Amino acid sequence: MVERRRLIDVLPHLVLLIGIAIVAFPVYVAFVASTWDAATISNGQMPLRPGPHFLENYYRTIFIGTSSSTREPVGNMMLNSLIMALCIAIGKIAISLISAFAVVYFRFPFRMAAFWVIFMTLMLPVEVRIFPTYKIVADLNMLDTFAGLTIPLIASATATLLFRQFFMTVPDELVEASKIDGAGPMKFFFDTLVPLSITSVAAMFVVQFIYGWNQYLWPLLITTKDNMQTIVIGIKKMIVTQDALTEWQLAMATAILAMLPPVIVVVAMQKLFVKGLVETEK
Amino acid sequence: MSDVRLDAVRKVYPGGVEAVKGVSLEIADGQFCVLVGPSGCGKSTLLRMVAGLETISGGTCAIDGKVVNEIEPAERDIAMVFQNYALYPHMSVYDNMAYGLRNRGTPKDEIDARVKEAARILEVEPFLARKPKALSGGQRQRVAMGRAIVRKPKVFLFDEPLSNLDAKLRIQMRVEIKKLQRALKTTSIYVTHDQLEAMTLADQLVVMNKGQVEQAGAPLDLYEKPQTIFVAGFIGAPPMNLVTVPEAGLPGLTLIERPAGPVVLGIRPEHLHEQPMGPDTLTVEIVVSAVEAVGAETYLYGALHGHGPELIVRVPGRATHAPGQRIRACAEASQLHFFNPQTGRRID
Repeated sequence: MVERRRLIDVLPHLVLLIGIAIVAFPVYVAFVASTWDAATISNGQMPLRPGPHFLENYYRTIFIGTSSSTREPVGNMMLNSLIMALCIAIGKIAISLISAFAVVYFRFPFRMAAFWVIFMTLMLPVEVRIFPTYKIVADLNMLDTFAGLTIPLIASATATLLFRQFFMTVPDELVEASKIDGAGPMKFFFDTLVPLSITSVAAMFVVQFIYGWNQYLWPLLITTKDNMQTIVIGIKKMIVTQDALTEWQLAMATAILAMLPPVIVVVAMQKLFVKGLVETEK
Repeated sequence: MSDVRLDAVRKVYPGGVEAVKGVSLEIADGQFCVLVGPSGCGKSTLLRMVAGLETISGGTCAIDGKVVNEIEPAERDIAMVFQNYALYPHMSVYDNMAYGLRNRGTPKDEIDARVKEAARILEVEPFLARKPKALSGGQRQRVAMGRAIVRKPKVFLFDEPLSNLDAKLRIQMRVEIKKLQRALKTTSIYVTHDQLEAMTLADQLVVMNKGQVEQAGAPLDLYEKPQTIFVAGFIGAPPMNLVTVPEAGLPGLTLIERPAGPVVLGIRPEHLHEQPMGPDTLTVEIVVSAVEAVGAETYLYGALHGHGPELIVRVPGRATHAPGQRIRACAEASQLHFFNPQTGRRID
């Protein structure tokens, strides 16, 4: 269609702009709040423009932290969160790739049963199995460790399903060509299947990294030591309700910092991410 | 020496379907053997059993005198070209060809020499660094063949390698495959459903039907002396005219010499002439229903005596025939084929 109506051109943009404003405004307010001092925020007259305390607030947040509530610099919390999110994302991808490989390419007894059991765990997220999982982690002395923080979250039916669907689209002839070329199963897996799955892996990484980064309930249960806190828990702890004064400028700076890594991951992997979800390269 | 010998090879799938019912075949060293047949006749299954991609349910398959029933595909010293090429999409053309050699621990400089040599023969040198995605169908086909020849295997296996190409390229690649095989003198087994491809490529042509070998031999032998009705109808384009003639004969069809009893008479469209050319034993009267001019020749379709079985007559050059016209065509005794309608076998 060559001829275009003005209204039809403008309307979608208007709707999109309103949508963006609704989503982005709170983030902007959080950013503004992180650049003023505590007094300006708490007297209820914080202006909607960035204030003069940007460097000071962020320096204090990252390297010193709040004195009373978290007793830990946010830099360390970010590192904890990063380790946790990376372990969960990479672990999930590794395990899912291998289990999908087993389910698709090997004929073993109860293969479909195994697949359905994996499938059913979709209905059992951490929140549902939290007590038994906690008990096991506690009995294995994994409380306050990264192992305890990540291992129970690694098994992933979603990623297994995604990779299974992808592997089913890989032509059988590639397996056969590999067989004739003298590549055993694991060589086929690493030389052909994994390189072909790279876009799906990227998509999965984005999704699972954010999933890991945003974990709240599980770290809350597993970690008790200050130096094991993750940033999401840190934010919650900073917002004190009784007696003490909430240092809002630091809480908001922490919130902004907590948003950054997922944003970086999404932006950096956007192309691969979209490719991995919509296109299959064969 | 690297001959392939199949002895009563059978394939039974779980569930009891018998895809290949006892095929015995001998393919001599350096011979180009083509398996041809309609889809579902077991030809691909047979090839895949030679490759080791399917287990052999019964009988033996021997390559170079060694029974390979229980040997892994990689150790059979075969190379296979697949219908969809099966190139590794994430590897460059060079790596595609080198992969099999690397897995076998071939020294690096030898891999390089062999890949370059194969690329030169197949004229894919300019594309060595490209990914398969950036190649045309014909180029991919060449790379797939390159992957086979760098290995210098005992046997080449081709599984309908040309069916994904357009008609013109198919003919060109067909000639090249033949030349290449002549030059390399490697025993080859080639599966196709295209009888023209089969005729032109084969040293030994094997026609398969319903999991069994109908006839095996030199292509022209099969053309000239088909042993069964199936082979008669399958080899040749347009197909041989096959008419069931009862003891009493058919109206519009005159046969001077014929075996006793009801027979199936086979006569190729190219062997029917409008002008009598000697001691003709067959004369047919046809009412033309359709005229197909392909340039060098014209095919006349018509029913015997106006309402009998359909026959095809080939006339050279441009024909002036029109539908509805009644023509008379003759054939010599030596060009006639008779088959037993019950057993489907040739009567000599």
